[in-house]
Amino acid sequence: MLPGFRLTLGFTLFYLGLIVLIPLSATVWKAGTLTWQEFWGTVASPAALAAFKLSFGVSLIAAVVNLIFGLLVAWVLVRYQFWGKRVMDALVDLPFALPTAVAGIALSALYAENGWIGRWFTPFGIKISYTWLGILVALTFIGLPFVVRTVQPVLEDLDIEVEEAAASLGANRWKTFRRVIFPIVFPALLTGFALAFARALGEYGSVVFISNNLPGQGQIVPMLIMQEIEQSAYGKATALAVVMLVISFLLLLAINVLQWRASRHHAHA
Amino acid sequence: MPTPDMAAIVSSLNQRPNRRRPTTEPLFVRWLLIAVALVFLGTFLVVPLVAVFTNAFRKGVGYYFHSLADANTLASIKLTFIAAGIAVPLNCLFGVAAAWAITKFDFRGKHILVTMIDLPFSVSPVISGMVYVLVFGAQGWLGMYLYADHPWFPGLQQWLNEHNFKIIFATPGIVLATMFVTFPFVARELIPLMQAQGRSEEEAARILGARGWQTFWRVTLPNIKWGLLYGVILCNARAMGEFGAVSVVSGHIVGGTNTMPLHIQYLHDSSDSAGAFAVASLLTFLALVTIVLKAWVESKGAALRPAEEKIPQ
Repeated sequence: MLPGFRLTLGFTLFYLGLIVLIPLSATVWKAGTLTWQEFWGTVASPAALAAFKLSFGVSLIAAVVNLIFGLLVAWVLVRYQFWGKRVMDALVDLPFALPTAVAGIALSALYAENGWIGRWFTPFGIKISYTWLGILVALTFIGLPFVVRTVQPVLEDLDIEVEEAAASLGANRWKTFRRVIFPIVFPALLTGFALAFARALGEYGSVVFISNNLPGQGQIVPMLIMQEIEQSAYGKATALAVVMLVISFLLLLAINVLQWRASRHHAHA
Repeated sequence: MPTPDMAAIVSSLNQRPNRRRPTTEPLFVRWLLIAVALVFLGTFLVVPLVAVFTNAFRKGVGYYFHSLADANTLASIKLTFIAAGIAVPLNCLFGVAAAWAITKFDFRGKHILVTMIDLPFSVSPVISGMVYVLVFGAQGWLGMYLYADHPWFPGLQQWLNEHNFKIIFATPGIVLATMFVTFPFVARELIPLMQAQGRSEEEAARILGARGWQTFWRVTLPNIKWGLLYGVILCNARAMGEFGAVSVVSGHIVGGTNTMPLHIQYLHDSSDSAGAFAVASLLTFLALVTIVLKAWVESKGAALRPAEEKIPQ
């Protein structure tokens, strides 16, 4: 029998309670002091509805962009040899390592009307920084590694023999990809998509620099919560936070179910 | 065993020029996919990196170092180091303790505990900061007792005022928010690793007469060092770069309660773009060091790490 059970579990529970559980339950306590009218009045106000719409819409598009390009990047990194591959592979983690404020000011400068990238769109009348497109760029950036990093190990583990079998049975490459490879990769793809979407929903730091911050058109939900906190409207901030917390826990649950099903599928195969 | 004729046929098939293997794509498809991936990664990852350093030196090397030597910048660097210097070791200690309890023993509610450790990752940074305002703020859960004279704690408020002790809009709040957002990093690296390693080595050490701490230092720690280092690197990067959570609990006092990311925002908002990028270049350098160290640790500990552990948060 190994020692230290009481000591380590005791410290774990104490620290978890002190840093995470007690503070999080303060949200529940604060929410409990709100009347239904106060809660609903905040959550269903025009500003809040616009923020929810913007948050969900743009996060969803960003997650779809990352789904498509993440699969492509993972495929290229696993299957092909090219110059600079190892550097690119390591660089995929940049959005996790780079502070969001740095990403925010860099992207906002790049995609401004006279920025390195933004200037190519200006002649077409397309503004990126300080519009919803800018928010899309920021949310795509911060979610970029998720799909790549969930799909990559599955592609690495993929048995080349299944592809050989498909080829010997007369399938061309596209058909092999659609009918053989894609179904194997799909659960990982979906997990990466959900992780990128969840991350985008909660993001604040990078978006605040590239958005115009106008209520009703440039405010995602975390920005609206921040605005309420700055005005000491903690009740309103809590009401919005509770909705966000419920949504993120549902997403977390969905991700866990996906991963559990993927591992079960893996074990059977 | 193939006859010589068969072998000749097989080798001639393999050597036929311009004949691709059936398990790869035509050359132009490969080139196209590589090109699209490189353009995507180049636009989203390389160009922003170059932009940070170009903008940082836009007003010249002199202005760059002038920005960094500014007293307020130095104060923000110091505060960032204080916050990370407290949060990272404590979360490291917690990670080791939690992983030990969870992987070396069986008890009820283990799965719930593991899920709860991951909670801070699924909470928006803004909410992570807000929970501490709800607890320690002037109208907060505990704050009510700290900042108003309460019959239960006579004289407490006076004492706190005299010693100018504040949690929210001061360093303790910033440290707490940093601890919250970086809470799971070390634990979630170590739990799967120690789960995979099992208990037999520690049990053998015990049977051979090693004491508890000896077992940990001489058997467990050498086994988990790469995973531990990996978790610490990621934890530190997040601790130094956190923006949203710290923004809520900081009072945004320039030179006082601004960490480096908050100081970047202050410089950016006061139209000192070159100064903002100069401070940003330091954090970008930290991010690059983090990525290199991460790749290095991955290559060192690759055999020890389960495949699904590549999935980041």
